[in-house]
Amino acid sequence: MTLIDLANPTRFLALTARLLPWLAAATVILLAIGLYQSALAPDDYQQGATVKIMFIHVPNAWLSMFVWGVMSIASLGTLVWRHPLADVAAKAAAPIGASFTFLALLTGSLWGRPMWGTYWEWDARLTSVLILFLMYLGLMALWRAVDDPSRAARAAAVLTLVGAINLPIIKFSVDWWNTLHQPASVMRMGGSTLDKSFLIPLLVMAIAFTLLFVTLHLAAMRNEILRRRVRSLQMMQASRVAFSSAGPREGSASNEVGAA
Amino acid sequence: MTALAALIRRDIRIALRVGGGALIGVLFFLTVVVLMPFAVGPDLALLSRLGPAILWLGALLASLLTLDRLFMADHEDGSLDLITMSRTPLELACAAKALAHWLAAGLPLIVATPVLGLLLNLDMVATGAVALTLLAGTPALTFTGMIGAGLAVTLHRGGLLMAVLVLPLSIPVLIFGVAASQAAIVGPMTFGAPFSILCALSLVSLVVGPFAAAASLRHGLD
Repeated sequence: MTLIDLANPTRFLALTARLLPWLAAATVILLAIGLYQSALAPDDYQQGATVKIMFIHVPNAWLSMFVWGVMSIASLGTLVWRHPLADVAAKAAAPIGASFTFLALLTGSLWGRPMWGTYWEWDARLTSVLILFLMYLGLMALWRAVDDPSRAARAAAVLTLVGAINLPIIKFSVDWWNTLHQPASVMRMGGSTLDKSFLIPLLVMAIAFTLLFVTLHLAAMRNEILRRRVRSLQMMQASRVAFSSAGPREGSASNEVGAA
Repeated sequence: MTALAALIRRDIRIALRVGGGALIGVLFFLTVVVLMPFAVGPDLALLSRLGPAILWLGALLASLLTLDRLFMADHEDGSLDLITMSRTPLELACAAKALAHWLAAGLPLIVATPVLGLLLNLDMVATGAVALTLLAGTPALTFTGMIGAGLAVTLHRGGLLMAVLVLPLSIPVLIFGVAASQAAIVGPMTFGAPFSILCALSLVSLVVGPFAAAASLRHGLD
């Protein structure tokens, strides 16, 4: 099974119909384990119980960048390989990524209030994630503004690839500038600085959130394919009505085309 | 090379003649700056503190509004198709068009800055700092805005959608432009660090902008 095989939407629908229940079940189980473990995780000696916001905040923030990465690869698929499902993947991922980014910003500001004494601070990490959120919204606006999906897909692909420049800026903003946001502590040179009792629940939650994204993404892609089919059926119906009202002879001809 | 020079000369000439509208950007810049004292009150101390930010915002909006037409007019009269099909690489042609646009619409903004600085009670050093940062930063605005202009012409949509797409990309330029001018005026940071980052942003957009705009034109026009 390669990516080329999935270029057939019907085959993609059949495969995902079989995959989705398993993915959903795995997501629910891992989320339950992750939430249970993070509830049992000890309080931080400085932050107290608020450290538990981390188990939601960090996976959301990772996913906000991961989803843009997925969209960038899908955009390459649209522009370079002209894969027919690539623009469906890019379009379906945008609202999900925007939600993850919004949740990362929201949980971050709820965590920042007791820890930093402010809901919002214009530091490099926060500002660059906010830019990412605005770009998600702009991309969604672009998808909605154009009625021809293939035309919108190519424009959105160019914009997505330009926006991908933001990803390394977000990742390394805490190293390049002295900011209020803490530097990287899990994915860094020389191993994690996080204690095991925090690290294991965090990784479980990260995997659970990734699975959640995959599940939601595949479901959204299915919906998008079905939406496009409904749209083209409606167009066919409309053209048939237009033909049949024009005259009996054209009407019978278009009926044959419709039957074929 | 001669083709690119001819393209630049043509674009500047069109922009400066009747119907070109390059100098409307300066007028818009002036109007935005004059509006500010009405919004925040005619407090000279406050205005001189906000001055660099106001000038930068005005220049950002002025260059964004004039960019709308970068490819649109050429698309309407068919010359964009000729440019796309010519033997000059489309990326270079896009870069030449953006350069011409910056010369015609961006440079006048910088020339107008000292006059507007007087209105905002900025002293010599502050005005010079803002003009210098604008000189280094406005190419980045033009070249990133060109991506939006390319999308606008392929989608037959301009205006608000383009602003929504391009403004997030210009946030870093705004941050470091204002930071460099503030550093020159009040400190405590050195002027050099944010100014070098601003120059770096301009250079990066000089590379990325033409490629992205050419890609969107090539895939979008049919």
